[in-house]
Amino acid sequence: MTVMEQRGAYRPTPPPAWQPRTDPAPLLPDALPHRVLGTRAADRADPDLLRRLYAELVRGRRYNAQATALTKQGRLAVYPSSTGQEACEVAAALVLEERDWLFPSYRDTLAAVARGLDPVQALTLLRGDRHTGYDPHEHRIAPLCTPLATQLPHAVGLAHAARLKGDDVVALALVGDGGTSEGDFHEALNFAAVWQAPVVFLVQNNGFAISVPLAKQTAAPSLAHKAVGYGMPGRLVDGNDAAAVHEVLGEAIARARAGLGPTLVEAVTYRMEAHTNADDDKRYREDAEVEAWRAHDPIALLERELTERGLLDEDGMRAVREDAEAMAADLRERMNQDPVLDPMDLFAHVYARPTTHLLEQEAQLRAELDAEARHHDDDADAQSHEPEGTTR
Amino acid sequence: MTTVAVKPATMAQALGRALRDAMTDDPTVHVMGEDVGALGGVFRVTDGLAKEFGEDRVTDTPLAEAGILGTAVGMAMYGLRPVVEMQFDAFAYPAFEQLISHVAKMRNRTRGAMPLPLTVRVPYGGGIGGVEHHSDSSEAYYMATPGLHVVTPATVADAYGLLREAIASDDPVVFLEPKRLYWSKDSWNPDEPQAVEPIGRAVVRRPGRSATLITYGPSVPVCLEAADAARAEGWDLEVVDLRSLVPFDDETVAASVRRTGRAVVVHESGGYGGPGGEIAARVTERCFHHLEAPVLRVAGFDIPYPPPMLERHHLPGVDRILDAVARLQWEAQS
Ligand SMILES: Cc1ncc(C[n+]2csc(CCOP(=O)(O)OP(=O)(O)O)c2C)c(N)n1
Ligand SMILES: [Mg+2]
Repeated sequence: MTVMEQRGAYRPTPPPAWQPRTDPAPLLPDALPHRVLGTRAADRADPDLLRRLYAELVRGRRYNAQATALTKQGRLAVYPSSTGQEACEVAAALVLEERDWLFPSYRDTLAAVARGLDPVQALTLLRGDRHTGYDPHEHRIAPLCTPLATQLPHAVGLAHAARLKGDDVVALALVGDGGTSEGDFHEALNFAAVWQAPVVFLVQNNGFAISVPLAKQTAAPSLAHKAVGYGMPGRLVDGNDAAAVHEVLGEAIARARAGLGPTLVEAVTYRMEAHTNADDDKRYREDAEVEAWRAHDPIALLERELTERGLLDEDGMRAVREDAEAMAADLRERMNQDPVLDPMDLFAHVYARPTTHLLEQEAQLRAELDAEARHHDDDADAQSHEPEGTTR
Repeated sequence: MTTVAVKPATMAQALGRALRDAMTDDPTVHVMGEDVGALGGVFRVTDGLAKEFGEDRVTDTPLAEAGILGTAVGMAMYGLRPVVEMQFDAFAYPAFEQLISHVAKMRNRTRGAMPLPLTVRVPYGGGIGGVEHHSDSSEAYYMATPGLHVVTPATVADAYGLLREAIASDDPVVFLEPKRLYWSKDSWNPDEPQAVEPIGRAVVRRPGRSATLITYGPSVPVCLEAADAARAEGWDLEVVDLRSLVPFDDETVAASVRRTGRAVVVHESGGYGGPGGEIAARVTERCFHHLEAPVLRVAGFDIPYPPPMLERHHLPGVDRILDAVARLQWEAQS
């Protein structure tokens, strides 16, 4: 009997009141991250999927570069780049069905964009004009979540609710390696396993939580090993191998859909840039380490596979690059326009039924704005009545 | 109003009835928490619900408050209306991050696209001889969090009506249940149509002319007792039961204080940084020219909740309230 079979059958009958499970093997991750590209498994991969992943990776890399450039031009307040992690971001987006839900963190705007969200809407949080620039229901993308790991129990609850309603919906929740130390990570995984909720957790282990390396975060053999303690399978995957991430996530999602419960997937990847544009990664890591990871670049890995197998020629690649450039140009142009903001929006969505003190404060701001507007009018009036030739 | 004598019901029973009726009327209402299933909750508020509605709608969750509230958020995102039970006031603290960063903010963060119509029931306050961590008055934390409504009943009928309102509300509600009133009884008839007032209306529990006692939850019966005792001193005290701390009913409170010219705010929660400071300020801002004396506060001491054998010295009681009333500058009147 496997552990998963045991768990359903388990009933506490004294004595003994509780029996430890004897066979956690089916839940344990493999010792080495699963890979597809450059292995025999790649022969089985769908060429169309590989081409799609490639196009999205190139777009994703370009999107990251454009967003980082926008921080330098003061158009974004901050940008946590997923450069180097595009395979995880893109695979997470493409593996889901439309009806499924994605629960991203602040680093996962690319996953949201690859799922179909407009990049400008994805970036309003980081531009600083709107906490969430989109209606989560439209693409079934939960708000980008900043308090670490707190989005994970939401994914569990949503997946659980969908199952109670009889809907075929899976939730995919993204979290970083540092986030796995948070209590919410533990609670979410435990609830998910107890409820057998149709949810998949993808940990992007990019080596760092800002400056703190994984070794200071955990003593576990791998983050995927943590699954065993909750009674769910853990899978370890090469996070720079887009085909492998897609495959492992796909299997986990199929399990969830079949009512077999949650899976924890750890994707081993690397954060090629600083934590955000405001961070200085020279203080905590060597250039050589970053350079070593360049040899394992997600785009290069997939490009090699596609080229060697003759699945994409130079023209095809040029078309992909042009498409990415067009996306970046459009993003640049639209982000170069100032967002139009209405200060009265401060009060618009605090409550369904606002409190009286909020209504008072709203009236106060309205009066301040009116006074400001009258001032402007007076100034304009004064200016237009000044005698000609006056120098100001 | 009923004229037929009905069997007395406890506040705990009225709360249970409210949950049951809400679940019957609305299939999206789910009850979840620690021991809410077979046991019916440690205060038996959810007694019988699991049997009637099944485990999918009345769920004994794993023991983790952040997880309970966090998963409730996800369920509400998907269109359910979860009613979460926190077992005790002080054990709701692990759920603070979910409450403050998500429950209170989600409507705002998503510009109205993703409201979270969930209710968090929290038994609160002392006076039941509870050992450490079982008697906190945590309302000030919730009051200070924009996006939450904070409601607390003091009578059996209000327990039913306000909980129905809280569950039906599209705003998240922290529903504070005064532990020591769980077993208080009233001739309230659950089978009659209930006159349910919307959240946010205070009520004058006892009319009076000399001064207003502004209070809520567990301190309401104490203030009514104080008002009875005050008659011997020649004071005719009005008692206002706030029922809801957020939204706050300035109108009812200010109207009362304008009539009486004197006010004392009474609550168990600590005075420093407590609800009384906000209430006194609001009263003063609105009623300054009607006031004969500064608004006073009778609150719990600013100490960690004491061991139960000492709690009677900590909790605002009749004598302490009357002492405060005596300090309302009566001599200046003549
Ligand atoms: C609860 C909480 N604590 C601290 C922070 C500040 N913070 C933001 S990102 C971060 C590091 C997170 O690392 P990891 O989970 O590995 O994700 P990554 O940034 O590498 O994608 C920290 C400490 C936060 N956002 N939330
Ligand atoms: Mg990290």
